[in-house]
Amino acid sequence: MTTMAAPREGYSQALIQLGKQHEDLVVLDADCAKSNMTNLFKQEFPDRFFNIGISECDLVGTAAGFALAGKVPFANAYANFLTGRAFDQMRISVCYANNNVKVVGHNAGTSPAQEGATHLPLEDISLMRSLPRMTVVVPADAVEMEKAVKAAYHFEGPLYLRVGKLPVPIVTQRDDPFQIGKAIHYRRGSDVSIISTGIMLDETFKAAEELEKRGIHADVLHVHTIKPIDVDAVVQSATRTGRVVTVEEHSIIGGLGSAVAEVLAEHQPTPLRRVGTQDRFGVSGKMDELLDFFELRAARIIKSVEGLMETAEAL
Amino acid sequence: MSFTAEKLTRYTELSKRIRRHIVRMTHHAGSGHPGGSLSATELLTVLFFEHMNVDPKNPDWADRDCFFLSKGHCTPVYYSVLAEKGFFPVEELMTFRDVDGRLHGHPCSEHCPGVDISSGSLGQGLSVANGVALSAKLDGKSRRAYVMIGDGEAQEGQVWEAAMTTPHFGLDNVCAILDWNKIQLDDYVEDVMGLGDFAGKWKSFGWHVVEIDGHDLSEVDDAFREAKRTKGKPTAILAHTVKGKGISYMENTHKWHGLAPDDDELEMALKELV
Repeated sequence: MTTMAAPREGYSQALIQLGKQHEDLVVLDADCAKSNMTNLFKQEFPDRFFNIGISECDLVGTAAGFALAGKVPFANAYANFLTGRAFDQMRISVCYANNNVKVVGHNAGTSPAQEGATHLPLEDISLMRSLPRMTVVVPADAVEMEKAVKAAYHFEGPLYLRVGKLPVPIVTQRDDPFQIGKAIHYRRGSDVSIISTGIMLDETFKAAEELEKRGIHADVLHVHTIKPIDVDAVVQSATRTGRVVTVEEHSIIGGLGSAVAEVLAEHQPTPLRRVGTQDRFGVSGKMDELLDFFELRAARIIKSVEGLMETAEAL
Repeated sequence: MSFTAEKLTRYTELSKRIRRHIVRMTHHAGSGHPGGSLSATELLTVLFFEHMNVDPKNPDWADRDCFFLSKGHCTPVYYSVLAEKGFFPVEELMTFRDVDGRLHGHPCSEHCPGVDISSGSLGQGLSVANGVALSAKLDGKSRRAYVMIGDGEAQEGQVWEAAMTTPHFGLDNVCAILDWNKIQLDDYVEDVMGLGDFAGKWKSFGWHVVEIDGHDLSEVDDAFREAKRTKGKPTAILAHTVKGKGISYMENTHKWHGLAPDDDELEMALKELV
């Protein structure tokens, strides 16, 4: 049976472990400490936790001040309000000023579920990817999240980390490698490259297994760091298979799909299909229902792959 | 009167020299912001030369007092004060806004020695000051964080988000300097978007408020001393100033918010600043 865990659990556990080892780590939140589970850090290290209130812009600016003073601040808020409202603060006080701030976007993707469209961050990766100097990390599950948080602490420079709220299957292993900027090659295949990020790795594995039964051998690449994207890994996989499908719990505009399209267009022009949310807002629903609603499922990946196989053969 | 006659003469002369830099720099670049630079001249001169604990030879010294120019467009006065203080050569001021220079239109901490943080998008400075001040409290350090905010800038919502944060955490090591020159880019502040009871707003947020004439060197000096003495709450210095101060044709008009003097205008200005 598949083990489920919320990415935010992995996040908070890693934060506490880091807090024990590193006195320069400080945590800020925007009145979401319970939801983001940063309240667990607060319990352990009350002196190094700061609730800035419902003010994402001030949160990011204050974090920049901490970084300027030599601290390693993790600034937490709901992803859509953080990246949307405080975009300018991240642009100037964090990235342009080159401050070592870890910006943590919670309630990511479909995980706010029944809160509805206002609370579903489906554009955050796109926004963060456009900022000069910003590194963008989107882990697959709670296990990979722990590794990502630790890597983020040790990484020097502005970094955006995307964290989901609700339990999702654990699909990575404790001993899987994790290095910021380095994609993980989970499956070898010669017919199509399926490149996924975040929690979609689970559906990607399912799709790859089903495709195998149908005689289509998929290469599976997990891109946890969307920026800087691992150009070599993407190009090598695309060169081997000649067809690429990207999969993300995010808009197909500006996220992983766009990043891969840019790499392919410049280095290895390859037929591509993007699986993700379309150019639209969401609705309220349970997370499972939303994943169905947005067609963020193995069935959609398979359909994209098969469509691509036909088109590519016709070319 | 906190200043001796000798100091008063010294800073009067220095302020005049800085005003000359401001008009020369903007003339050189053919652009820039003289109006709000001239209004802030005495404030920044007294702050950097009398109060801030900084080392121009070691601009990133970890225990330094920090200054954030939240109204980031007023680089002419900022760079002039930094240069006079010794962070970089005064001659370099004549590279203002040059493509291959360090003195960008708005302050860039990566390139310009003495600039603690990049700014230019209004409203962000006080938040950063709070972060530095919180960090100093955490580490038991005595460093202080100063931030200069424009009155027009106070229309930005983030200013008030941050204005809540400072007293909430009891950050008496933060001092906000409001350059209250009453004019913004388009027009008089009160005509564009009135500030209401400006002093009352800061007071009600929990700040210790000192209201001064921002061109009176002694009053400015006293205000910074009072800020240092005030414990348990941050201090906001509301400095009444004149936009374009010191150059007759630039005073009290929004025309010179972001306009550079031409050759004749420069000559006129320099005559007034002898």
